[in-house]
Parts: sequence; C-alpha cells; structure tokens
Amino acid sequence: MTEAGRQHLVDAPLVSPAPKAGLIDVFRRRYLLRMLVQREISARYQGSFLGLLWSYINPLSQLFIYWFVMGKIMNRGTENFAIHVFCGLIIVQFFIETFNAGTRSIVRNKGLVQKMAVPREMFPVASMLVSFYHMGPQLVILTIISLISGWTPNPEYLAGVVLAMMIIALLGTSLALMFSVANVFLRDVSSFVSILTNFVRFGVPMIYPYILVDARFGWFAQFYLLNPIADAVLLMQQAFWVGTTNDPELIHATHIPGNLWAFSFLALGVSAVMLLLGQYIFKRFENRIPERL
Amino acid sequence: MTYPPSTSIVVEDVTKSFTLRYHRTLKQMTVAKMRGQEISNEFNALDGVSFTVEQGESIGLMGLNGSGKSTLLKLINGVMRPDGGQVLTRGRISGLIATGAGFHPQLTGRENVFLNAAVLGMSDAETRRKFDDIADFADLGKFLDSPVGHYSSGMTARLGFSVAIHVDSDIFLADEVLAVGDKPFKKKCLEKMQEIRDGGRTLFYVSHAAGAVRRMCDRVLVLEKGKLAFDGGVDEGIKFVKYDGGPDEEENVDDEQGI
Ligand SMILES: Nc1ncnc2c1ncn2[C@@H]1O[C@H](COP(=O)(O)OP(=O)(O)OP(=O)(O)O)[C@@H](O)[C@H]1O
Ligand SMILES: [Mg+2]
Repeated sequence: MTEAGRQHLVDAPLVSPAPKAGLIDVFRRRYLLRMLVQREISARYQGSFLGLLWSYINPLSQLFIYWFVMGKIMNRGTENFAIHVFCGLIIVQFFIETFNAGTRSIVRNKGLVQKMAVPREMFPVASMLVSFYHMGPQLVILTIISLISGWTPNPEYLAGVVLAMMIIALLGTSLALMFSVANVFLRDVSSFVSILTNFVRFGVPMIYPYILVDARFGWFAQFYLLNPIADAVLLMQQAFWVGTTNDPELIHATHIPGNLWAFSFLALGVSAVMLLLGQYIFKRFENRIPERL
Repeated sequence: MTYPPSTSIVVEDVTKSFTLRYHRTLKQMTVAKMRGQEISNEFNALDGVSFTVEQGESIGLMGLNGSGKSTLLKLINGVMRPDGGQVLTRGRISGLIATGAGFHPQLTGRENVFLNAAVLGMSDAETRRKFDDIADFADLGKFLDSPVGHYSSGMTARLGFSVAIHVDSDIFLADEVLAVGDKPFKKKCLEKMQEIRDGGRTLFYVSHAAGAVRRMCDRVLVLEKGKLAFDGGVDEGIKFVKYDGGPDEEENVDDEQGI
C-alpha cells in the first residue's frame, strides 16, 4: 500500500477513544459546553412570543403572590417580607431547577449520548449552567426592588452571595450527577426527584424567618444550619434583605445566625466532597448508560 | 503490548455484553417471577474480537443483522466501553453510527451543524470556515434554517453525513450511511468517502452492498454472532458472506455500476 496519497500519518498517541477524565474533560471542552447551554436556552424559548421576558414575568408574579398573600392578607412575616421570601426563592429555584433538569438531562439528550463520544458529565453540568443563567433576571429584579426599598449594599455581604451561588452550584451538580445516571436505569427517578424538591422550600428560612427556628429549637438550630441550602438562603438575605430594613444592624444581629460564615464554608466543603462523590458514582455506572437509554 | 506508529485502531480480545430485559414494570416483573420466567438475560454482542488496522486502510465490515457491527463501531468511536479487552485508537474520529447524528429536533439545521461539529471536536472558527462546504454538500436549500424535527429521514441523514465527513478526522466510521439517501446522494457520498480513503485516512465502512464494499475497501471483516469470522481480502470476504450472486443479484449489479 504505497500509493502517493497514503502518506497521511498522524502521530497522536494510541489511546482509548472513550472520554475518561469526567468533569475535567467537561471543562476542557468549554466550547461544546457553551453550545449545549445555548442550545438548551434557545430551545426553551423557541416558539414563544415573549421569549426571555418570561424569565422576568415568572419571578415577578411569584414575588407579587408572596407579597400580597403573606404580607397583605395574612399580615405575617417580618419587615419587607416579600424581599425576605424572594432571597430564598432565588436560591431554592436555582437548586430545584438544577436538580430536576440535571436528573433528566442524560435521558433527554439520548440522541447525542448514544451516538457520540461526549463526556457525559457534560449534560448535568450544562443543566446547572442553564439554571444559573435563569437566575440572572431574578437577581436583576431583586436588586431593583431592594434599591427601591432603600438598600445599602455591603461588599462583605455581597461576597456572601458568590459563596451562596457556589454552594448551590456544587451541591446541585453533584446531585444531578448521581440522579441522572439513576434516571437512565429507572425512569421513575425523575418523578421521585421532583417530589423530593417540593420539600426543599420548607427546609430553608424562606416563608418563615430564621428567628423562628432559633426560638423554637435553640441550641439544636445548629443542625438546621447543616443544610447547605439554608445557609445559602441566609447568605442571600444577609446581602439583600437585611440592608433594606429600617435598622439593618439590629436585624442582622437577631435574624442572621452569628456563625453563618463558618457554617457556609463548611457547606461549601461538604458540597465539594459531594461533587467528588457524585463524580465517583457517575463513573461507576456510566459504562452502562448508552445501552440502557 | 506495543504497536508501531502506523497503527490506527487496535481491538484486542474485545467483549461487550448486553442485558436483555423482558419485563419493565414492577407488575410485569412480579408476575414473571411468580411464574418462574426469566426477567433478564445477558449475552455477548461481541465475543473475543481482535484485529488491528493500519493507518490508511479501508475496511469493509460485513455481517448479518444483529451480528454486532454497530456495536463494534460504537466501541471504536468511544460511545461504549468494552467489558473485556481493550480498544485503542489514534487521532480524531468522526463518522456516522446509524442515521441521525444526535440532532436536536427543535433546533434548525444550521444550529445543529454547529452543535454537531462541536461534539465532533471542531472549534467555532473551524466550523465557520467549513460551513458553506457542509451546507453545499447536504444541499438542503431553504430547509437549512427550519427545525430538524421537520426534516425527512433522508434529509437528516444528508446533514449528518455532511457534517461528519467535513471534520478533519484521522478515522472515519460509516455505518449504514447510505441506507436512506437517494441515488444521487449515495453517489456523492461514495465519491467523498473515496476521497477520504485516497487521502490516506482510515476508513471503516459498514455495508450490506457487495459492490460498494468492493469499490471502497481493501480489506473485509465479517462478524458472525459477535465473533470475528473472517478477516482478509475483499473478494474472499464477500464470498464468505455469500453476498456475491444469490437472489439479490440484481441489486448487486446495480452496486457494481457504482450506484
Ligand atoms: N442497547 C442494547 N441493549 C441490548 N441489546 C442490544 C443493544 N444494542 C444492541 N443490542 C444487541 O446486540 C446485537 C448486535 O447489535 P448491532 O446493532 O451491533 O447489530 P448490527 O450488526 O449493527 O446489525 P444491523 O446490520 O441490523 O445494523 C443485537 O442482537 C442487538 O439486539
Ligand atoms: Mg447496525
């Protein structure tokens, strides 16, 4: 076989063709990741007249409902209760959306998964990024409403917002990794997850203030703070809601637990470990994914 | 074991097993258990397959339906991993495994081209540079900007093939690509694949058409129930699968003329 044309020799190494570095591969192939995220976003709003506007309308309507029902009708909650709730809502939505969409992501992308050698961690991670993107409009609304209510930003507390996002991003991705594989083997998993996420709202100080937990459980309230999502919500409230109240210092002292930072960094660490665990579980079962779709 | 730098694909004692599940729901499974029926059954879709391919070889992979050809290609392109043995490849792999390359039905043809190219490892700039060639080859006209969900299966195949073939790959895998294309398109595809072969890239071509294999390939592998039953010259290989002559002679004559 020595025809003139057949001199095309590659000197790439001889390796296994299946991607194997997991999450590291995902970040090596950022361009593909960006394409998947864009595709998800544009597919979601395809054929919709208002398009992206919906991601403003939806949180605004929720904000209005909480403000009206809890604040005006029931006359419950704390000062600027709508903002208090909204801080929690943003975090909870980010988490729930990542968890739910991430769990379904591999089954939903089965066309690609069955035919092409993409690192399959790509899909849960893309789901997380899409949910993150959807949080943008909500943060804009929250900022505007807070400013209207006389909010004074505090750089230290704003850094807490970044921490909160990181906690949820890591935790959400880790759960999405574990449950997306499980969902391939048993499609009931996604239904189970959506029920599970219904409980999340009640496990965080969103529709009730943290001060109630503290009053009811005293020393045991620490266990409540072991929930990373609750810490993230409190970080958000510390950054936005506290600054909109009449006496931020008093509110901060009474409503925000003193050791919130410590618990938050613990939560970040736990979420990072969860992510490693998620990656491990994913790798264990990944081999059987394409044939079970 | 070490291989010379000219080796393109190594398949070493590869085994891939699948589990057949007869019952899916809890109810069905309980009933089957009570009746003492089997719930699942494992079998080897590939069983101890070994061969190596040199760079620039073009291989025709033949065998009856269900003999494991697509499974073998999936192991080579990295979608699946073997349960036993190992698969090694050198360089970038592209190709089509069955028709429809994992397109997203809601996105337009154009958007899918970019996505598909990204999956195959092309950068944005590379895709832009080649976009016109891809669009010309697929020749979908104004449908390029409508959702892929509304394409006919032939049109989807054209687009998929067009993207795959324009990737600068070192190994090209083609599985049943020509099954749904019309005659002019088949002709175009075969020409393009010959171009690939003549460019010295490794070609792996699954086909039931003896004529096309004879034209494209210089070596034939035959799978029989997951085992490698033949590895050798083209004419002997075609004889081995008994595709030469026989009742579908007419179709083969058609192939012989180059489709
Ligand atoms: N995901 C799967 N789960 C269980 N069995 C499978 C799966 N995929 C393939 N098989 C089985 O593996 C065997 C080989 O299938 P494969 O698709 O490789 O055949 P093939 O040679 O490509 O056939 P064809 O000529 O029809 O394309 C078949 O018996 C098939 O039923
Ligand atoms: Mg096949």
